[in-house]
Amino acid sequence: MELNSSIPSGPLADKWTTHKAEIKLVNPANKRKYTVLVVGSGLAGASAAATLAELGYNVKCYCFQDSPRRAHSIAAQGGINAAKNYQNDGDSVHRLFYDTIKGGDFRAREANVHRLAEISVHIIDQCVAQGVPFAREYGGLLANRSFGGAQVSRTFYARGQTGQQLLLGAYQALEKEIKKGGVTMFPRTEMLDVVLVDGHAKGIVVRNLVTGAVDTHMGDAVLLCTGGYGNVFYLSTNAKGSNVTATWRAHRRGAAFANPCYTQIHPTCIPQSGEYQSKLTLMSESLRNDGRVWVPRRAEDVGKRPDEIADADRDYFLERKYPSYGNLSPRDIASRAAKEVCDEGRGVGPGGLGVYLDFRDSIRRSGEKTIAERYGNLFDMYQRITDENPYKVPMRIYPAVHYTMGGLWVDYNLMSNVPGLFVLGEANFSDHGANRLGASALMQGLADGYFVIPYTLGHYLAGRAPVGAGAAESPSARAAQADVEARTGKLLSIRGRRTVQSFHRELGRIMWDKCGMARDRAGLEWAIGRIGELRAEFWENVTVPGSGGELNQSLENAGRVADFLELGELMCRDALHREESCGGHFRVEYQEAGEAKRNDDAFAYVAAWEWKGEGQVQALHKEPLVYENIQLQTRSYK
Amino acid sequence: MNALWKFWDSSLGKKIVMAVTGLAGVGFVVGHMVGNLQMFAGAGAADAMHAYAKLLRTSMPLLWAVRAGLLACVVLHVTAALQLAARNRAARPQGYQQVTPQASTFASRTMLLGGILLVTFIVVHILDMTLGVAHPNFTHLDPYNNLVFGFQRPLMAAFYVLAMAALGAHLVHGAWASFRTLGLRKASERPLHRTIAVAVAIIVALGFMSVPIAVVIGALQPQGAASEMQASR
Amino acid sequence: MGGSSGRTLNLTLNVWRQAGPGSAGGFKTYQAKGISTDASFLEMLDVVNEELAAKGEEPIAFDHDCREGICGSCGMLINGTAHGPWKMTTTCQLHMRAFRDGETITIEPWRASAFPVVKDLVVDRSAFDRIISAGGYVSIATGNAPDGNALPIPKVDADAAMDAAECIGCGACVAACPNASASLFTSAKVSHLGKLPQGQPERYRRALRMVAQMDLEHFGGCSLHGECMEACPKGISIDHIMQMNRDYVAASWKGEPIAKAGGAG
Repeated sequence: MELNSSIPSGPLADKWTTHKAEIKLVNPANKRKYTVLVVGSGLAGASAAATLAELGYNVKCYCFQDSPRRAHSIAAQGGINAAKNYQNDGDSVHRLFYDTIKGGDFRAREANVHRLAEISVHIIDQCVAQGVPFAREYGGLLANRSFGGAQVSRTFYARGQTGQQLLLGAYQALEKEIKKGGVTMFPRTEMLDVVLVDGHAKGIVVRNLVTGAVDTHMGDAVLLCTGGYGNVFYLSTNAKGSNVTATWRAHRRGAAFANPCYTQIHPTCIPQSGEYQSKLTLMSESLRNDGRVWVPRRAEDVGKRPDEIADADRDYFLERKYPSYGNLSPRDIASRAAKEVCDEGRGVGPGGLGVYLDFRDSIRRSGEKTIAERYGNLFDMYQRITDENPYKVPMRIYPAVHYTMGGLWVDYNLMSNVPGLFVLGEANFSDHGANRLGASALMQGLADGYFVIPYTLGHYLAGRAPVGAGAAESPSARAAQADVEARTGKLLSIRGRRTVQSFHRELGRIMWDKCGMARDRAGLEWAIGRIGELRAEFWENVTVPGSGGELNQSLENAGRVADFLELGELMCRDALHREESCGGHFRVEYQEAGEAKRNDDAFAYVAAWEWKGEGQVQALHKEPLVYENIQLQTRSYK
Repeated sequence: MNALWKFWDSSLGKKIVMAVTGLAGVGFVVGHMVGNLQMFAGAGAADAMHAYAKLLRTSMPLLWAVRAGLLACVVLHVTAALQLAARNRAARPQGYQQVTPQASTFASRTMLLGGILLVTFIVVHILDMTLGVAHPNFTHLDPYNNLVFGFQRPLMAAFYVLAMAALGAHLVHGAWASFRTLGLRKASERPLHRTIAVAVAIIVALGFMSVPIAVVIGALQPQGAASEMQASR
Repeated sequence: MGGSSGRTLNLTLNVWRQAGPGSAGGFKTYQAKGISTDASFLEMLDVVNEELAAKGEEPIAFDHDCREGICGSCGMLINGTAHGPWKMTTTCQLHMRAFRDGETITIEPWRASAFPVVKDLVVDRSAFDRIISAGGYVSIATGNAPDGNALPIPKVDADAAMDAAECIGCGACVAACPNASASLFTSAKVSHLGKLPQGQPERYRRALRMVAQMDLEHFGGCSLHGECMEACPKGISIDHIMQMNRDYVAASWKGEPIAKAGGAG
């Protein structure tokens, strides 16, 4: 397998401009002859589908939800970064670029990240023009806030619903094109395979989730905009439907999967309250500005009410371990510290999986009214879920899986190693390295969809003959569809004794324990073996009620969990091979005085895994990361 | 013409027609009710009511124009109401097994029923008090005694009181909703709040009811016909 | 200590089951046993469903996705109230402590001819997409937008637009409306874009087209019962309906502008 990143030559700041000027264009009259299949309708998918249709391409867009407006981008709260420097506080494209590379712990590509920073400013303009109601100052200009410990205020936001508003902007643009006929929308439709013709991605196999009908749709390029795979952990902040199937099926057809072990764990989520728990809810990180994180100093105190524990018996562990950053330590650091104290038996709440986030001192200092003004809506949400009043008793928080930095490998043009197969947004691996900064996910999804793919897709399509009418009858298309039908039939025919959810829960527990916040060789090796066993049991003992010819949510889930059972193993293998700690990947063997220890000499590369067939171990390919413009450093928060 | 038809054909257009005609109706009933209060003018009430009837007939063409206008309002209001009710019913062919109202009121939920009662009332009222054909003792241009004799029939008085209660309920929702349908209110923290409409509804309903009640309890007695009419006899 | 009180409930569920779009449906009774008061309503259904699946029976189908109250997927009529007894709360955020031990809970799908039942509690809300498609956007293609600060927008206008833009498209307004009207949904979009300068060029055309689409989808008319606003998990105000009506009257008066032939050559 060849991994050619296709990064343009020339100075970093000129690469994208030069590239745009040099790549091939498709004649306007020819664009309508090309069909582009866009899978997913979140920020990346909706923005790409709408923009490509505006350009004149014939677009088909697919989502498993009942409407494109419901993609999980909608749940992003905090904001979107852009190097506008409206606040005159020293921001610039270069600074955003540098912060993103450093935040990613020096495991992302320079050229991609610089392009992202350049484009960020256009995204804001585009969204404002669409009518996205960003927060504004009294003078009528756009408001910004500082987010995720950034030193500049570059985050644009719409209350606590920035993702929702950006997605609705893209969704409205998509609906406008649907009305004009440029986009055909296929809601409640799930992609289950990709069709390759002569090595190029030329179609997808989809299942209509209402009728159960399996069809093959052919096109001239396939865009996977299908989000991340955090649900491999069963419990995460992802939507219940978020899944890896589209990218995993593409991986099985030859697309390399890059850096699967890079997962982001967010420290401030509401802890699990019972076995029935179906997902975890994120609480804004801003709470740590006023809340103090602690657990009882002694394990025997965990059963006591928090107000029965004297100050001397409390361990404010973040303040103790990281005196200069304290409660504001970065996400990965704060998450790991919480896990450590819980592992010591000092966690609070059900199952001992929680730490206190206490507002007592700030309420004493600033008054309840001030705290209510700052966090009232979050306190209400917390109380709704837990039935505890955080003004009176400390919140309980615990880390949860939030975002996956890994994904399908793509080159500078967002094309995977399979020609014609493009991957956008969280589904690709490209911009966040080993750790994503707050407010950067929305930026990347929209950058890819609005401003990168409209150029780079044309470069691929120019001069190619449009796919013919009979393409769906080609042998590879028929074979792919037959594979999907066989797999669906197999899932329905097992009729075992164990539910899909029970497999998913067990997989999630394995992943969380062994491939979560802290990983070690023994645990990963055990997990690889155990996941293999679990997968084997799944294919013998899963029960999927109902038939394939109707809306069957159990069947949908079963297919997704089957893919997670394969992905989980690969994540463990990736984590096992990466013998260093970086960003969201922490190997307990590789630390120095309790802090992550990167190994730039041996691991400054992208790990891209190639599918080798059923029952085979994937092959590792390395794309070296070359830093020409910045100096690699070690992060320290002591 | 096409635009006008489109407007009428749309649910929102019909609703706006209902609001405009409804408000015209509100204006009419308020005026009518105030006129009726002259029944309580004491010894000269029959004269006052007669003078009032004559005043309304100052210009017969104008009177007929107003009557035609009111009739048109009623026809439009009722037509739109029936058409919308049919559309609304079709919009939910299968109902719920259980519904727990959260914000709607008795008034809002009984607009159609109350409206049908009011249309019936209008027909009866015109036959009874305007044309006199359903009246036991009708004298043209002697509204005071027509009312008193009319309401000495307890069942008819009860029907009037009931109809006016229905009118009040209709106004509690309709007078408020018309302004909002027409977009004539400012945005509000409590958009369902409606002091003025409730006050208007109560005043109109009580004002109208006062006459039949006063007759039934004997507070209003027949008077000699108005002096002008006696002279002309 | 944990959650509230760690209490559990035994409940009887009276759930609408319907095999498919054309099939006849009916209520079926299920027992939900040992449900924690800290579970969400959908987690309670998960528990029931997993028991059904383990027995090889078909679980109750319902739409859900984010489970944090923002995607708008979930929604059902719970004891006669859209999204259940808690105000400004989606079904996924409703928690079981809202119910009493031994209670019978009736669960029905949204009912409207514009929202046909797909299966059990799942309905087809694509009519909402078509209403947006009819005009709920600003016609601007990617790539030629002026600077975001080129056009100052008063904070009150931006905030008012945001109030309307919070709509999650769940359909509770239609479900709760005695007329099955989509006026709150439609007006929220008309109002969101109508309050912003970017939305002005298409303001009247938008109102005409979106209102016309509402009728085409066979939603009922608005009688201002106010049920929609009470059911709305985002608390969208019926004030937006006033704005839609004003724009619609003005638009009807002006008529839809007829585009002149383009400037070819």
